Amino acid sequence: MTIDVDKVREDFPILDRTVRDQRRLVYLDSAATSQKPIEVLEAEAEYYRTCNAAVHRGAHQLAEEATDAYESARARLAAFVGATPDQLVFTKNATESLNLAAYAFTNSSVPHGQGDADPRFVVGPGDTIVVTQMEHHANLVPWQEVCARTGATLRWLGVDDDGRLELDDLDRVIDETTRVVSVVHQSNILGTLNPVRLLMDRAHEVGAIGIVDACQSVPHQHVDVHELGADLMAWSGHKMLGPTGIGMLWGRPDVLEGMPPFITGGSMIETVFMDHSTFAAPPKRFEAGTPMVAQAVGAAAGAAYLERLGMDDVAEHEHQLTGYALERLRAMPGVRIIGPSDNHERGSAISFVVDGIHAHDVGQFLDDRGVAVRVGHHCAWPTCRRFGVPATTRMSSYIYNDTADIDVALDAIRAAQDFFGA
Amino acid sequence: MNVESMYQEIILDHYRNPRGRGLIEAPEGESHQVNPTCGDEVTVQVAMDREGHLHLGYEGQGCSISQASASVMAELAEGFDLATAEAARAAFMEMMRSKGDAEPDEDILGDAVAFVGVAKYPARIKCALLPWMALQDALVKSGAMKEGEK
Ligand SMILES: Cc1ncc(COP(=O)(O)O)c(C=O)c1O
Repeated sequence: MTIDVDKVREDFPILDRTVRDQRRLVYLDSAATSQKPIEVLEAEAEYYRTCNAAVHRGAHQLAEEATDAYESARARLAAFVGATPDQLVFTKNATESLNLAAYAFTNSSVPHGQGDADPRFVVGPGDTIVVTQMEHHANLVPWQEVCARTGATLRWLGVDDDGRLELDDLDRVIDETTRVVSVVHQSNILGTLNPVRLLMDRAHEVGAIGIVDACQSVPHQHVDVHELGADLMAWSGHKMLGPTGIGMLWGRPDVLEGMPPFITGGSMIETVFMDHSTFAAPPKRFEAGTPMVAQAVGAAAGAAYLERLGMDDVAEHEHQLTGYALERLRAMPGVRIIGPSDNHERGSAISFVVDGIHAHDVGQFLDDRGVAVRVGHHCAWPTCRRFGVPATTRMSSYIYNDTADIDVALDAIRAAQDFFGA
Repeated sequence: MNVESMYQEIILDHYRNPRGRGLIEAPEGESHQVNPTCGDEVTVQVAMDREGHLHLGYEGQGCSISQASASVMAELAEGFDLATAEAARAAFMEMMRSKGDAEPDEDILGDAVAFVGVAKYPARIKCALLPWMALQDALVKSGAMKEGEK
């Protein structure tokens, strides 16, 4: 193994606790949220203990130190994806990042909106917005809303039986009418890793803005925004060892520059008069109100932890575990994997259904044996419908999991099958 | 308490062999309830006969708890008068709020007492309640029960 899991586990105090009658906690729900190493908890606490103050204002030393902590966190998280700090906007989570992007279109398109709206963000009847059939609701519902308000039409790339994007009609789905292509890099429900570069290049060919939901890729593999070729990219801190309450939106400088603000108020202005205001340059334009300083500091500590492990080793470790799990799940009678069943261009989130047993009941058996997994539609209800299943059970591994964890999960699935006679 | 004891034999039996499943001919009220976190669905239909007795139809799909609960409820409440049905519903709700410590009254709840263990698992309470919520809503829609009586 490329990662010393026993050593990593020592850094995650929560993994020492037991659940349900003294069972060892087997945490296989990192696609929902990852656990946090002591370093992250300490970084956040240290910030509050030593330099807590309002950032970007206040003429005192604490305010300077707090500002420095916040901006250093921005620099670290930007560098983590190969970007510079001026290109990174802090939000509360990826959902807000994606809404920030979507509202740039709605707000640029409303009648009597900013008269000087950047035409790249003005959409209306006849225009199309393209997503995929495997989006998390966070990258689907906001675009439905843009369409509802502007008269644009939503289109999507379908998903085949193996959980891969149908790319045959790519040039028909993304065409001259397309103004936005917003796609998930790695599906949180299927595990599929999508050919984002191809989609972004096609978006740019037709003059559309390309957006990537990187929630499930940035925590798990080396991601470089320039290699991806996107204009905007969203992800969350809490899935990459960081605290809750912090999300990121990276944007190409000229793209961010063309976007109107999303939430308005303090901190995001340049000048304010009684009847109008002008706005600060990005990223500040998109950070109204008192920001999530401690959370940003915590997220940066999480990124530092991952960098020390090495993102290529993280990816290789997960690849090995995923291969181990897929091989065994494929061999289990009555188990059907929803998503790519081979370990190629996919991540560590594995969804499956068990014949004759609803996902909720499977999850209950896993829980009884200390295994934390997610059951349900995973905020990708249309994807479940595509596969004709009401819900799936999903296990997702990370740096602190090993093959023994997978074995406990597989045993619990067998126990559920025995119990329900399925 | 382990998971096997939550899945009482009665629950499994109703899950595998649902009683009286299916819709009725002339429903006076109908309610479709979904559990958006896991996709459980239950539809309950009601009609009152001239003697004031309740008749139920239902269908649904989802986990063992939601579907068994629908079957148990339909079998129990069939033929009840409104007051008895309401008493059973209130008793079931109270049992589900008990965190699993209640000693439910079998005279009121019949087989539904088997769900007491489910109350220990907050994520499953909604599953067990789903058909009862549908029953209440269907009764309100049928006009048999007023909104305020919820
Ligand atoms: C692919 C994907 N997109 C978006 C989100 C939303 O992230 P958050 O809930 O942190 O806003 C998630 C997390 O569940 C996700 O997995």
